[in-house]
Amino acid sequence: MKQVNKERALTILSPLAVLAVWQLASNMGLVNQRYVPSPVTIAEAGWSLAVSGELGRHIAASLRRLFLGFALGAVPGMAIGIVMGLNRWVRAIVDPLVAALYPIPKIAILPLLMLAFGLGDGSKVAVVAMSVLFLTIINTSVGVMEIDRIYFDVARNYGTPWHRLFGRVILPGALPSIFAGLRISLGVSLVVLVGAEFVNSTSRSGIGYLIWTSWETLVVEKMFVGIIVITILGVVTTFLLREVERRLVPWRYD
Amino acid sequence: MNAPKIKIDRLAKVFGEDERRTTALQDFTLSVGEGEFVCVVGPSGCGKTTMLRIVAGLEKSSSGSLAIAPGADKGRPQNAMVFQEQGLFPWMTVIDNVAYGLEMRGIGKRERQERAEPFLEMIGLTRFRNHYPQQLSGGMRQRVSIARAFVADPEILLMDEPFAALDAQNKLIMQDELLRIWEGTHKTVLFITHAVDEAIALGDRIVVMTAQPGRIKAIVPVDQFPRPRKAVELRGDPRFGALQLEIWRMLEDEVRTQRLQAKS
Repeated sequence: MKQVNKERALTILSPLAVLAVWQLASNMGLVNQRYVPSPVTIAEAGWSLAVSGELGRHIAASLRRLFLGFALGAVPGMAIGIVMGLNRWVRAIVDPLVAALYPIPKIAILPLLMLAFGLGDGSKVAVVAMSVLFLTIINTSVGVMEIDRIYFDVARNYGTPWHRLFGRVILPGALPSIFAGLRISLGVSLVVLVGAEFVNSTSRSGIGYLIWTSWETLVVEKMFVGIIVITILGVVTTFLLREVERRLVPWRYD
Repeated sequence: MNAPKIKIDRLAKVFGEDERRTTALQDFTLSVGEGEFVCVVGPSGCGKTTMLRIVAGLEKSSSGSLAIAPGADKGRPQNAMVFQEQGLFPWMTVIDNVAYGLEMRGIGKRERQERAEPFLEMIGLTRFRNHYPQQLSGGMRQRVSIARAFVADPEILLMDEPFAALDAQNKLIMQDELLRIWEGTHKTVLFITHAVDEAIALGDRIVVMTAQPGRIKAIVPVDQFPRPRKAVELRGDPRFGALQLEIWRMLEDEVRTQRLQAKS
């Protein structure tokens, strides 16, 4: 086998080996099945959850909240960040507010948001949006401020009108930094969302809700299904964001 | 010489206020004819870049006047500048960078590319049209910068030490390329450099500047070398060395003064 193929085989084999050892240990009674069910038990639980449609419902609910919250935080965040980056007066006004609000752990204001937006999706979407908003504002404004002055000189020298300056210089100049912010935001969003679904379970849906109710009823294998599914959601959404970045920021990858 | 294309009259630039006041440029008067290639040499910090930025409209003068004679074609931009380095947009491909001036004038994509293509060929980068600047070497990037300025088809071309960051071999090659492209258009050029040999190889006249505050010390005509010139071969000419020495002597005093100023 070639070196590359050997490496590939090993990357696939090593997690499989861990699963096999785990299964064997379970069968031999080396781990307590009540706390750590075997891979086969988890897979069976996952299968029945999927077939009944329950799992799909939880995934859909979580994804809906994640995307809505992400968009509602990222879009205004970019707009505010760009204006801040371009205008020192706006920066002087907004900077102290961002500095004061950014460090608040957003899950801490969930009760407040529940008062404002109710116990349904509203407060969950809002808490995700809040976490994304400040990270995006900060990364976007820094991205705009760090655009080298020479590009503005070149743009001016070639008679760039304002609306083109935005699309041809400001936005592409800030995009790498904006995406760095979005990547961090995505990770934080998942954490906050699962947390919100733990606490605020009245809507009876979401992966966080699945994990939490499984804990309360001590159906440990369902809990593991939830943990694995949320991990997969994290990996897949991160991958998708990467792909979008590759399309929009091709000069960083080619 | 025809009516001057660029007429600069007692241009001055003062930075800062009160004790921090520094005069970067003083009493700078120069007329450049249509199709003339004028080089400006001076010690670093003598205000030559400031002068060029004022001509480019990127900075305001403190006093004095500047006039660039309009041409017949109203759609043409007044000037295009080739910057020192890193002046290309990293997020645009080579062809988009080269056609940027046309894009800003609202010219459609197809026509832009058609007009940019011959210049890409001239600089030998047709193969790299869809590459991004950071995939190119420093010399290739400066070629693209120059092509961008020529494609914009401005009334006058301004160049701010475009080859300063290149190694000695690339510098010579680029001088030859610039001369070759320029021969095809005979644009009016104002070229800033600190390299005396570069100024002689390229220019019809050389403006020698004093150390801060920048004033004109002398204007030296370079009429002993007929065009079209070859930047490399010129250097074998004994008159080249003589002229280089003459201009260097003028500059030497200025560099000394500047070092004394820096110490005090």
